[in-house]
Amino acid sequence: MAAASVYSSPGFDFSNQIRNNFLAGKGLPLPKATSTGTTIVGCIFEDGVILGADTRATEGPIVADKNCEKIHYLTESIRCCGAGTAADTEFVTNLISSNMEMHALTHGRKPRVVTAMTMLKQYLFQHQGQVGAALVLGGVDATGPNLFTIAPHGSTDKLPYVTMGSGSLAAMAVFESTWQPNMSRADALQLVKDAISAGIFNDLGSGSNVDACIITATHTEMLRNVEMPNERVQKERTYVFPKGTTAWKKEDIKKLVLTEEITPLAVEAMDTT
Amino acid sequence: MPDMVTLSRSSAPGQPQQRQFNPYTENGGTILAISGADFSVVAGDTRQSEGYSIQTRYAPKVFRLTDKAVLAVNGFAADGNMFVKQVRQRLEWYRHAHAKDMPLRAIARLIQTMLYARRFFPYYVYNILGGIEEDGSGAVYSFDPVGSYERESCRAAGAAQSLVQPFLDNQIYFKNQVPQPGRPHPKHLPLTTVIQLVIDSFTSATERHIEVGDGLEMYIVLAKGSPLHGLESIDGVQEMTATNEGERIFIIRRNLKRD
Amino acid sequence: MSIMEYNGGSVIAMVGKDCVAIASDLRLGNQALGISSNFQKIFPVTDRIYLGLPGLATDVTTLRERFRFRVNMYTIKEGREIEPETFAHLVSSTLYERRFGPYFIEPVMAGLAKSATGGFKPFIAATDLIGCLNFAKDFVVAGTASSKLYGVAEGLWEPDLEPEQLFETISQTMLNAVDRDAYSGWGVIVHVIEKDKVTTRTLKGRMD
Repeated sequence: MAAASVYSSPGFDFSNQIRNNFLAGKGLPLPKATSTGTTIVGCIFEDGVILGADTRATEGPIVADKNCEKIHYLTESIRCCGAGTAADTEFVTNLISSNMEMHALTHGRKPRVVTAMTMLKQYLFQHQGQVGAALVLGGVDATGPNLFTIAPHGSTDKLPYVTMGSGSLAAMAVFESTWQPNMSRADALQLVKDAISAGIFNDLGSGSNVDACIITATHTEMLRNVEMPNERVQKERTYVFPKGTTAWKKEDIKKLVLTEEITPLAVEAMDTT
Repeated sequence: MPDMVTLSRSSAPGQPQQRQFNPYTENGGTILAISGADFSVVAGDTRQSEGYSIQTRYAPKVFRLTDKAVLAVNGFAADGNMFVKQVRQRLEWYRHAHAKDMPLRAIARLIQTMLYARRFFPYYVYNILGGIEEDGSGAVYSFDPVGSYERESCRAAGAAQSLVQPFLDNQIYFKNQVPQPGRPHPKHLPLTTVIQLVIDSFTSATERHIEVGDGLEMYIVLAKGSPLHGLESIDGVQEMTATNEGERIFIIRRNLKRD
Repeated sequence: MSIMEYNGGSVIAMVGKDCVAIASDLRLGNQALGISSNFQKIFPVTDRIYLGLPGLATDVTTLRERFRFRVNMYTIKEGREIEPETFAHLVSSTLYERRFGPYFIEPVMAGLAKSATGGFKPFIAATDLIGCLNFAKDFVVAGTASSKLYGVAEGLWEPDLEPEQLFETISQTMLNAVDRDAYSGWGVIVHVIEKDKVTTRTLKGRMD
């Protein structure tokens, strides 16, 4: 057997698969990962693209994170919203972001949105839908504003306004009723906020706050928590317990700051006899 | 939606075909009841959902049965509504036959028999009955879908039962709390405290459970001749009983988050 | 039954004022059968970072050793101690590497991060079993009692708790949550991390 290496080979490690398949064969289903029920949207306006997302992450019917970030950084002028398996959206966007930076360094110019789109779709298609990321990709490059959706199997759409996630129908209803070509920045931002809010309030998988990101040719503005319509109200009671409420059996205090005490011993006078 | 599935493995004529129909669904929401010395509080949120969709933001889950009994139902909403309807009918028959309201403990036993009668095609609901016993004490009875029941002083049921019940164990029963020297834990909590705990339970459940939210309805049943216990100073209290000779029922409504 | 329930166990971490706390139960079970009431799930990573590993017990041991190895390598290469946020990303990528054959562990981390001014800032984080990070400002939970922990913590937690208050709040949250969970319990251990000391207490609770 080869000696254990400090370095592991790149890519996924399948060494637990034999064990896990054995366990699954015994009727133990795979536990579910955090998923972002999610409403994510994108919309092209007169001088760029606006992306929007809610901030709820769920594990089944339980809210795991009340304020997560679903608008991921790809490059300075390209961002990507993620829905689906939360870990996959996080890592796939990280990977492509890193590759985009390498691409920019190699070619000495700003990479295009279609490049990111192609890298993402090829990666997702290679994994045959097993990497569960549903994405809304938007940005501005040399060709102008671009907006795409990328499904987990790698298929893509290029549209002027898009929605994804469990709240996609609620958000799309808003887009279909009020979207217009060449909207102003303010109108488009309001439209994105309304679309995300429709998801937040009408889809149980989406909730909490609205995040938005405005990308233009010259500037990218990340509007984190641009709307916070779901702050928790003040509780009726305070629940601070008096000291000594919890009974305990054993205590161990580990001091992190070393203190040194010098205890002078009784000095005997030197024997000079 | 209750779904119909046809499992047709062979379409050969004369061969038996298997059909399946699942009449049940789960409509989310949570209910909760706490009893005190001479009162009882029964509460429920008002959201009704299926999957990731909200069917309605106002569907009551708590119902007044008599002047001293309130019933909360949670689970499959259609079954819950039918069940309340049938319990109410049985209580009316009792009133016609005996010229008085059925005592709370008798209602509890009635609910048990009604649920167990459907042992092999159950009402898909968890029931919590709250009210005033004949001796004037506050009481809560909780049931499983086929009629097993127990009198308790505090119970949560429904989607967020697992979130709320341990909180109530701690705050109502003082579980795992060592009393301060010379200050033993009270046996019964005052009404205002109970109401505060109910509100905080529901706001907490709304934060962490996607199926809980929209609105909160709290029914408060006071024993005959009992003082208002500070109820008059809570805003938005409505009385549901016409006279204050017997037991009195009040209702408090609060908004919950709608996301 | 899910594999996460095979051995049972739960962990919670909470933020206080200039301090953090992390607590776990001490049960190791074989489904409903209790095996040990002294199974540690929380391990020190550095002086001021603690890591909780609830989930499948075999993976608790494997991952504990794996993280010890990776943190040691980091310390040697960088010539300094790892920061909590860096460690959280180390945990995340270690788990995601096994995206298609995961460890059945949902790690919870608590620690104090060195700030630029030389002070310490509370830090907590949790990930799911494939490494999706969750940085919360209040509390994070994981394990078989997670839904109970969410409910109680949401009710009891308040901002800016002093270390002694935080100890009471996290202890009460843990005790009452595991008492309603069949797969967690059999003792609770709590660590409160402050800038100059770490207090570890074993609680007195129900042992059934």
